Amino acid sequence: MTSLAGVAQGALRMEGFWTEQSPKLGFAAIAIVVFLAVMGLVMFLADNAPRKGRDVIQLLLFVLPAMLLLAAGMIWPALSTMWQSVTSKAGEFVGLDNFVTIFTDPTGQVVLRNTLLWVVFVPTISTVVGLAYALFIDRAKGERILKSLVFMPMAISFVGASIIWGFMYTYRSEGFPQIGLLNQILVWIGLSPYQFVETPPWNTFFLLVVMAWIQTGFAMVVLSAAIKGVPAEIVEAAELDGASAWQRFKNVTLPWIRGSLVVVVTTITISTLKVFDIVRTMTGGQYNTSVVANEMYTRAFRLGQPEIGAALAVVLFILVLPIVIYNIRVLRQHKETH
Amino acid sequence: MSAAIAPEPVVDAADATPSGGKAKRVKKRLTSRTATFFAIVIAALWTIPTFGLFVSSFRPDTDIANSGWWTIFTNPSFTLDNYTAVFSESGASSASLGVYFINSIVITLPATVFPITLALMAAYAFAWIPFRGSSWIFVLVFALQIVPLQMALIPLLKIFNYPWLDIGGTFPAVWIAHTIFALPLEIFLLHNFISEIPRDVMEAARVDGANHAQIFRRVVIPLSVPAIASVAIFQFLWVWNDLLVALVFSGGTVRTAPVTQRIAEFAGTRGNDWELLTAAAFVGTIVPLIVFFSLQRYFVRGLLAGSTKG
Repeated sequence: MTSLAGVAQGALRMEGFWTEQSPKLGFAAIAIVVFLAVMGLVMFLADNAPRKGRDVIQLLLFVLPAMLLLAAGMIWPALSTMWQSVTSKAGEFVGLDNFVTIFTDPTGQVVLRNTLLWVVFVPTISTVVGLAYALFIDRAKGERILKSLVFMPMAISFVGASIIWGFMYTYRSEGFPQIGLLNQILVWIGLSPYQFVETPPWNTFFLLVVMAWIQTGFAMVVLSAAIKGVPAEIVEAAELDGASAWQRFKNVTLPWIRGSLVVVVTTITISTLKVFDIVRTMTGGQYNTSVVANEMYTRAFRLGQPEIGAALAVVLFILVLPIVIYNIRVLRQHKETH
Repeated sequence: MSAAIAPEPVVDAADATPSGGKAKRVKKRLTSRTATFFAIVIAALWTIPTFGLFVSSFRPDTDIANSGWWTIFTNPSFTLDNYTAVFSESGASSASLGVYFINSIVITLPATVFPITLALMAAYAFAWIPFRGSSWIFVLVFALQIVPLQMALIPLLKIFNYPWLDIGGTFPAVWIAHTIFALPLEIFLLHNFISEIPRDVMEAARVDGANHAQIFRRVVIPLSVPAIASVAIFQFLWVWNDLLVALVFSGGTVRTAPVTQRIAEFAGTRGNDWELLTAAAFVGTIVPLIVFFSLQRYFVRGLLAGSTKG
């Protein structure tokens, strides 16, 4: 009951809250209205453009807003970051010095090692578990609900997932009641509680599990759709030939869904390389857990080393580039054959 | 990708085969039993962490600090105090989480509307207004998806801080940043959809004397509603869940920072106050969960399409 009273008190205080906050919401509403009004004006201009050259004017009105934003907000910044990565803080050209720093200093090497671990383990775990789950629940009763359960983490923010797992990993000294489930399990089976997040080198593994936990849902949904595409006749024929479940999977299902598997693995690899929020929220990069995406932010915006941050961004770009190109090529072949 | 969530099949084909002897049937049941077992284990592993957080957010703070959430089954006690605490002005470091929640809304709505409008217009132009260099520019836009967000952060922040613009740390800075980062993917996705509109439909409109602006409003937008919905839901969730763009462009003050930023900050400074963290995390998660459960089909479609964004 006390809590209900507390909520009621809170509701009374809400009045002050709303007088302070409603201008912000008004600001957002006005921004949307003004934006749509401007776009309406653009449409009006396009409608009433002089007959001569109307097509050109309409074309410009349609594409220019987006193109200008991209030029100013992505193309120029990307080039500028590349230039910054080969200059010193003072702006002099220093060749590859910043990259040498990243690859030689001990922190940098830990960061690269961790990134490698993330890229190897996250796609592997998510894809294997996602595929196994998709197979196990295929045609099961309540398949939709079973799918939602595993897919749900994809809706949650990386920050939220980090808190959820941070709570699972919570550590209390031996002899005190454990409040994190994993340490409680260790205690139940007679082991000492363990500082999952703070103890290198294994902590990197416990952090990347969070990403794998999120991405498994993605792998599962895509692979489940692919499994449903395997023609029933082929499976039945294999069954009549006496092929075991494992043989059917290995010789029929797996070759059939190969394209989807590649798409899943590459897509998760790309997301894994870019993910920043989990390390940021769980450790802030402490305890030797930083990865390239997090280190880039830390160097550029926390430690005042924008040139190292820029070089790390370029490293990230170079790591992602071949995978994206491969991903696009497979995706295209995949679309043509199906 | 719309087949992502498939309908329930009618019969299990394996059971219908006449050759299925008794031994085989037993074996099949065995394998399906282990399969069921592992499926349950995976489903549990994927739900228990979230469930634990959710349950804990309703437990009294002394209980959270002194016993695990699984003890509620033997010793149930619930309270809304944690939520009162995160929403109260006096607690933690002054501001209520409600303020950050409002900030999230203020950031997310325009950051969803702006890019979709611009992307729709550009996608239409690339699909239906023939001009020289059209396909080259489109490929360039498509290729921009490769550029990680991180490549653009530092220079873009510099631009926002130029004296003639000076919007660093304001809502418009976050809106514009999100709009720019969304454009390559959204133009690409909407172009895929709009270019599939039958040529006859477009030509009929042209014959009726409609110009591009009229065709866009009367034909393209109404026909593109499903695609717009998927893209909008994806973008909404992406912005709502974002941390990086918010950290760099919002300035981090209570005036502009979204919920995610506040929670991440909480985790850093008050990492052991689980009664606050659990409630705050749940507040931040509730909107995506509602969207997820109510609009699952669009959500899955949008998510699969946009899975490499960032």
